[in-house]
Amino acid sequence: MGQGIILEAKNITKVYPGGVVANHNVNLEIRKGEVHALVGENGAGKSTLMKMLFGMLTPTEGQIFVDGKEVHFSASGDAIAAGLGMIHQHFMQVPSMTVAENLILGAETGTALKVDRKKAEEITKELSEKYNLKVNAQEKVEDISLAMRQKLEILKALYRGAHILILDEPTAVLTPQETEELFEQLKLLRENGHTIIFISHKLNEVKALCNRMTILRDGKTMGTYDISDLDEKEISRLMVGRDVSLAIEKEEEEFGKTVFSVKDLVYADQFGKTRLDHVSFSIREGEILGIAGIDGNGQSELVEAIVGTLKPQSGAVFLKGTDISAYSVLKRQESGISHVSEDRMKYGTAPKLTLEDNTISKVYYTDKLKTRGLIDSKKVNQFTNKILEEFMVKYDNSKQAVSELSGGNVQKLVVGREFDYQPDLLIMNQPTRGIDVGAIEFIRKKIVEMRRQRKAVLLVSADLGEVLSLSDTILVMHEGRIVGYIDDVKNTSENDLGLYMLGVKEDSRERIGGACHE
Amino acid sequence: MNKKFTIVRLLCAFAIAVALSVCIIFAISEDPLTAIYNLFLGPFQSKRHFFDVFASSVPLIFTGLALGLVFKSGNFSMIADACLYTGGVVTAALAIKTAMPAGLHPILIMLIAAAVGGLIGSIPALLKVYFHTNELVTSLMLNYVFFYFGIYTVTKYLADREAGTFASLKYQPTAALGALIPGTKFHVGYLVAILAVVLLYFLVFKTKFGYEIRISGSNPQFAKYSGINTSKVIILTQVIAGAVAGLGGAVEQMGMYQRFNWQDSPSYAWDGVIIAILSGNNPKTVPLAAFFLAYVRVGADLMSRRSDVQNELVSIIQAVLILFITAERFMAGWKQRQEAKKALEGEV
Amino acid sequence: MNVLQDILNTLSLPEFYFAMFRSATPVLLTTLGAMISSRSGTSNIALEGTMLISAFVGVVVSAFSQNAWIGFLGAVAAGFIVSNILAYFILKLNSNAVISGIALNTFASGGTIFVLYLITGEKGASTSLESLKLPSLTLPVIKDIPVIGAVLSGHHVLTYAALILVAAVWYLFKHTRLGMHIRAVGESPDAAETVGIPVRRVKYIALSISGILTGMAGAFLSMGYVGLFSAGMTAGRGYIALATQAIAAGNAVVGMLASLLFGFCQSMANYLQSSNIPLQFIQMMPYIIIIIAYTTYCAMVEYNKKKKQMLAAAGK
Repeated sequence: MGQGIILEAKNITKVYPGGVVANHNVNLEIRKGEVHALVGENGAGKSTLMKMLFGMLTPTEGQIFVDGKEVHFSASGDAIAAGLGMIHQHFMQVPSMTVAENLILGAETGTALKVDRKKAEEITKELSEKYNLKVNAQEKVEDISLAMRQKLEILKALYRGAHILILDEPTAVLTPQETEELFEQLKLLRENGHTIIFISHKLNEVKALCNRMTILRDGKTMGTYDISDLDEKEISRLMVGRDVSLAIEKEEEEFGKTVFSVKDLVYADQFGKTRLDHVSFSIREGEILGIAGIDGNGQSELVEAIVGTLKPQSGAVFLKGTDISAYSVLKRQESGISHVSEDRMKYGTAPKLTLEDNTISKVYYTDKLKTRGLIDSKKVNQFTNKILEEFMVKYDNSKQAVSELSGGNVQKLVVGREFDYQPDLLIMNQPTRGIDVGAIEFIRKKIVEMRRQRKAVLLVSADLGEVLSLSDTILVMHEGRIVGYIDDVKNTSENDLGLYMLGVKEDSRERIGGACHE
Repeated sequence: MNKKFTIVRLLCAFAIAVALSVCIIFAISEDPLTAIYNLFLGPFQSKRHFFDVFASSVPLIFTGLALGLVFKSGNFSMIADACLYTGGVVTAALAIKTAMPAGLHPILIMLIAAAVGGLIGSIPALLKVYFHTNELVTSLMLNYVFFYFGIYTVTKYLADREAGTFASLKYQPTAALGALIPGTKFHVGYLVAILAVVLLYFLVFKTKFGYEIRISGSNPQFAKYSGINTSKVIILTQVIAGAVAGLGGAVEQMGMYQRFNWQDSPSYAWDGVIIAILSGNNPKTVPLAAFFLAYVRVGADLMSRRSDVQNELVSIIQAVLILFITAERFMAGWKQRQEAKKALEGEV
Repeated sequence: MNVLQDILNTLSLPEFYFAMFRSATPVLLTTLGAMISSRSGTSNIALEGTMLISAFVGVVVSAFSQNAWIGFLGAVAAGFIVSNILAYFILKLNSNAVISGIALNTFASGGTIFVLYLITGEKGASTSLESLKLPSLTLPVIKDIPVIGAVLSGHHVLTYAALILVAAVWYLFKHTRLGMHIRAVGESPDAAETVGIPVRRVKYIALSISGILTGMAGAFLSMGYVGLFSAGMTAGRGYIALATQAIAAGNAVVGMLASLLFGFCQSMANYLQSSNIPLQFIQMMPYIIIIIAYTTYCAMVEYNKKKKQMLAAAGK
């Protein structure tokens, strides 16, 4: 103890406005030159702790020490000055500026009156070669890939002289192959004397990369261990407090006739970038079709084109044999499409409104809720309570705001609302992103239950484990195109999917054509 | 916690506004006590003044409803100003140029003024939906356009050449809204305002369209994904808001005036902002908020007549109130300490 | 026919173009101010009220100090203070920017009259105050060039200041550290914060600059050619600047052109007052033209997006 401790957090407590206790007496000790994992479920308080270490939040109570000296960061600038660098999960970059400009932003070359852009580009090239992190200095950030943005993010920290790097779930946006590459680069950094804090909930990655780990649960520290001292089962128990099996039991089902299909969808966005490139496939009764791909390769646009919030320039969408391409969002819903969107707070709910207002959004105009032509608050109340209870949402009363619920409960509300009106096609876009394990288990079971009821399910997920365990058939998207068609899911690994996701491997057009059924 | 906090904060905002006005009065007045007495208690001095408060609250109710509805739908159009002014001009034209039986005349005028208000209200909304303009920017400029157009109409077609100042000819007596209580300005228009309150309350909280307004206003993205036609919501709410404001212009003209003499656009639409905020964009509480502002107005008028302090003091009070009531983090430190204490108690 | 003749006559007068620059000046200064705050991510709706208060303070301070430049400093300081009050509410107390802006405008329209009455006993205008004007400048050499000299020379000192500031603002965003920080803070505040840029302070600075520029605009109104303050004399110029700023989309030069368009309309309106077009139509014309220009601009942006999409989709 004490020796070689480069960063220490002592008895940290953080209470958010609204009274949520995100960290309670948390302790963390990082040794110089190690790769230290910080693991815990979603909502365990990992990000909150890191934000405090990086000066983005101030602890309600507790102390932070860097190199044995107590520090009080009031802004990220202070943390940067103390030698910390953070690679955020959502990249902290200004899209309209170039890679080089982003690199120097906040620590500019040149003078206050004249920023030296040439110098910035030179520095970018130098650093990029030194650490083997390839980026293109002159390109605008909005035009580069996620993997390159991540490299830029690491370079930014290094440029500022960081010797302690915090990486917040860095692999979430990467393919397995890119992840491996990242790990090589991180190991190189460790050999160069950098200390790395690696936040993750993927245990295999932690095992592959880290020396020690600290486990967080419900905002409290569950201890710090050498990686070799614990096996995955023990870690998992410390993380969630019970054994969980996320393995899904799923009987074999015969697919029925085709319920839904898209033909030749083409869409280019307002910047003239092609987002959907002749996408065609169909889904049959009782089939879960998974869509894999790195975020931002056309999955969101595909879902929007099906739901009707986005108009593709060409192509058609069919439901039960009818061309619904010209239908409005509402008419598509009424024809039998339901949709759990990728971001529940942005697209899936109105967080400031009540649970009631959010639960009735699919039926508010029907006679179901009305008495003599006016919406009947009693009926609204009954309807809401019925759905929330059925989907095990934990809530105080149906008049409280959605924003007061936890992520998992909000997601259960959304899923309950969407499943309730018995659709023919269910679109599940990132259905379990950022929610607790209990809710994940619950929602996955519900999806399988819908399959049992012979619904067609379109599952879009960045979680390859989820795609592999739920889907009957998988399509892989890369740069707006379908590049892979997998019907033998059982014998497919995450690595196999990764090759498609990177664009390294591509099935023949004939084979991909197999995704379309009559 | 939240409700209690809102009330405490509201009271603090009021306390700041009152304290500030008292300070200003003491600083500038020769006879501060008379000024303060009239400002805060003036309206209670006589039956006439007290009912003047009700009468003065009528246009405020209309603009408060209009602005509240627009805010509720997540838009920021100030076109209610043009709607109210033009509603007044339309009223003047019809009250001078048409003849009709007493009961029918005001009703017809109100309907037409509301229709014109709705039409004007739709312009910034249509521009927004079809050309993606910002409705605040276009409405602010359209207000000037309609103001000058109104002045033109009155001077060209309705002016009383003998009046000496800017004024129209006198209205037909059939077009007047009678007094509810004789000897006061408290007129039938108040009932029309209350009727509008009731109708809008039902619209917002009990109908399909009201639900669409609330969802679109709270999270337009969610509304879009829920199949709500957000363009329709934007246009229709602003038409309704415009109609309410236009109606307000008609009621105000017929209830309080015998001839049209608004040489400047009255600031009712801007007052509507504070009414909407005080009422929490809820039609139900609009009459109360309007009563409050009207009370301060009447008090300030009495104050400026009976002392050396001018009634423009009200706009200072008004601004301070808006600023502090809408300041989300005003007193947030206090709230957060309470919350932290409570949350940690539960943990130990 | 007659009207067309009037317009053509007007267009041939050098004085008309001189007046165009004069009318454009306050809007141009305010547009630049609006642009800086908007690029930092805050829309400054209080421009109208800020300008009004500055115009008032400029007159009062110059009358009491009997020094026009001290009056000017007073106006600018008033702009600075008002915008900092706005900044405090928006940035520190998390208020809605539009509503706080409206509140300050309400405050300005009543407050200036309230204080004006205290000082002069009148509510309409500051005629009884002996306030001063800022000087106009004659440009050597240029003044002797025919036509151009008549258009460009002899302007008010703040008109020249405004034109210089166009270049300054352009340079600010293109080359300086502060400009880069303002852009970063406006576009992605989180990114700016994590690289150690003090987001709130940059926003304060941006709003302060916008207040100072708007304060100059106010000084121009009351200490430029008129030399007195009258109630509501800004007449919506602060709102016009919101539109011209939107048209400019962050480009100071475009902002200047948009302001000159307003100046053109305003000056045309002044020249046409003697024609047989009803006065009110002339008065509303600048507002209508700006609405049309603004709407056309927005429609074009939208159209270009669509066209790009169509081309890209067809290209494959």
